[in-house]
Amino acid sequence: MDRSALFLTLKLAAVTTAILMAIAIPLGYWLAYGQTRLKPFIESVVGLPLVLPPTVLGFYLLVLLGPQTSFGREISKLFGHPLAFSFSGLVVGSVLYSLPFAVQPIAAGFAGVDAEIREAALLLTARQTTVLRRILLPLIRSSLLTAAVLSFTHTVGEFGVVLMIGGGIPGVTRTLSISIYDQVQDFAYAQANRTALVLLCISFVALLLIYWRRGNVSGRDARA
Amino acid sequence: MSAGEMHVRDPGLTNGGYMRIAIKQSFGSLLLSVSCSLKSPWTVLFGPSGAGKTSLLRLLGGLNRPGNGSQGQIAFRGRTLMDLELGVWVPPAERGIGFVTQRPALFPHLDVVDNVAFGLERLSKRAARERAFEMLRLFAAEQLAGRKPAALSGGEKQRVALARALAPEPQMLLLDEPFSGLDAALKESILSNLTEWLETRAVPALYVSHDVAEAFQTGADVIVLRNGKVEAHGPASFVLAKEREQLLQQLHMNQPELR
Repeated sequence: MDRSALFLTLKLAAVTTAILMAIAIPLGYWLAYGQTRLKPFIESVVGLPLVLPPTVLGFYLLVLLGPQTSFGREISKLFGHPLAFSFSGLVVGSVLYSLPFAVQPIAAGFAGVDAEIREAALLLTARQTTVLRRILLPLIRSSLLTAAVLSFTHTVGEFGVVLMIGGGIPGVTRTLSISIYDQVQDFAYAQANRTALVLLCISFVALLLIYWRRGNVSGRDARA
Repeated sequence: MSAGEMHVRDPGLTNGGYMRIAIKQSFGSLLLSVSCSLKSPWTVLFGPSGAGKTSLLRLLGGLNRPGNGSQGQIAFRGRTLMDLELGVWVPPAERGIGFVTQRPALFPHLDVVDNVAFGLERLSKRAARERAFEMLRLFAAEQLAGRKPAALSGGEKQRVALARALAPEPQMLLLDEPFSGLDAALKESILSNLTEWLETRAVPALYVSHDVAEAFQTGADVIVLRNGKVEAHGPASFVLAKEREQLLQQLHMNQPELR
C-alpha cells in the first residue's frame, strides 16, 4: 500500500473541495438568480469537464501552465516554480475538472428555494450576505453536502488530468489512481487490489453519506 | 365637489397623499398603467383576478424591478422609491414598507421567534427577541414562539407572518389577500389586532381583495383596478354608487363564494 499516495490523494481532494466550495457558492448563486445573457455560455463552460476527455483538459493545462506560454512563465514566477508536475498544478487541474460536480448541485439547490421565502427575506434585510448565510445556505444544505462529497470523490477518482499535468511523480503528484496503474504495469496485482479496495471504500462511504441523508430528509418532509 | 369625487376625476399626482404612484409597465399581456396617490389610512385595492393587483403591490414593495422600456415613479412620504428615468430604485428592505402575501412564506428552518426577529438585525440579539415576543403577543401567538413553521396551522402561520412584517416598524403595510384561506371568525380576530396596531402608529395599509363584499363593507377608500387600469378611486360608498352596475354583477357572480 502506497501510503504517500493515499495521503497525497486525500490532501488533494480536501484542498480541491475547499476551493471548489468557495467558487461554487457564489457562482451557483449567480447562475440561479442572476439575469444575464451570458448565462448559457458560463453554464456550458462549467459543464465542459463532463463531456471532454480528461486528457484534453490535461493537455491544455499542461501547455498553459508550462514554460511554453507567457502566462505559464508568469505563474511560475508567482509560485516560484512551474505549476506543471507540482501539487499546486494538480489542484488547479482538479478544481477545473470537478467544477460541474460542485456548481451544478449548488445552482440547482439555490434555484429550488421557494421564491417567496427568498423574497420574504429580502423584504426584511437589505444585506444579501445575511439572506445567503441565514436563509439560503441552511435551506440548501443537502445540495452543499452533495456538492462537497461529489467534488471530493471525483477528485479522489480522477486519473487522466492528474497524470497529464502531474506525471505521477512518487510522493509529489502520484495519487492512488495512478498508483494502481503503475502497480498493474509492474504486475503487482496484490498491491493493486489493496489500492483499488481503498478507493472503492472511500467512494462507497461518500455516496452512502449522501443517499442516507437524502433518505432521512425526504422522510422528515413526508411527516411534516 | 367632495375630495373623493375630485380623486376619481383626477387620479394624477397633483393631489397630496402619503404615496404617489405613476407606473406604466407590461407584465406579459397585461399593461399596468396606474397613476394615483394614496391618502386613506386603509385603502382597498379591488379588482378581478388578472387585473394587475399583485403586480402593482410587488412594484410598490420593490419585489419587481422594472426592466428597460418601463416608465414610472413611486414616491413615499416625499421620498422617491423608484424613478426609472433617473435610475432610482430603492431595495425592498430599505423602503420602510411591510408586505404580507397570501402564502405566509415563513422561514422553515427557523423557529417562530427567529422568524419574527429576522428583520431586526439592527437591534441587539436580546432586544430583537424581546421585540419579537412583543409582536407575537399582539397577535396572541406568543405560545408558538419555540415552534417550527411546519408545526403551525394556517391561521397561526399568518399571525406569525404579520408579526414578522410589523416587527421592523414599517411606515406602510401592503397586504395581498393575506386572509383568503382563513375562516371568517379567525380573519376578524387577526384583522382587529392588526388595525389596532396600524391605527395607534398611524401606519397606512393597502389591502388587496377580489371579494366585492369585503372591499365595500369597510369604510375605507377603494381603488378599482381592471385590466391594469384604475377605473375608480375614492371612498367606498362613492365608488360603489358610480360603479354600481358592474359591481352588482360581480357581487352576483361571487355569491357562491360568500356563503
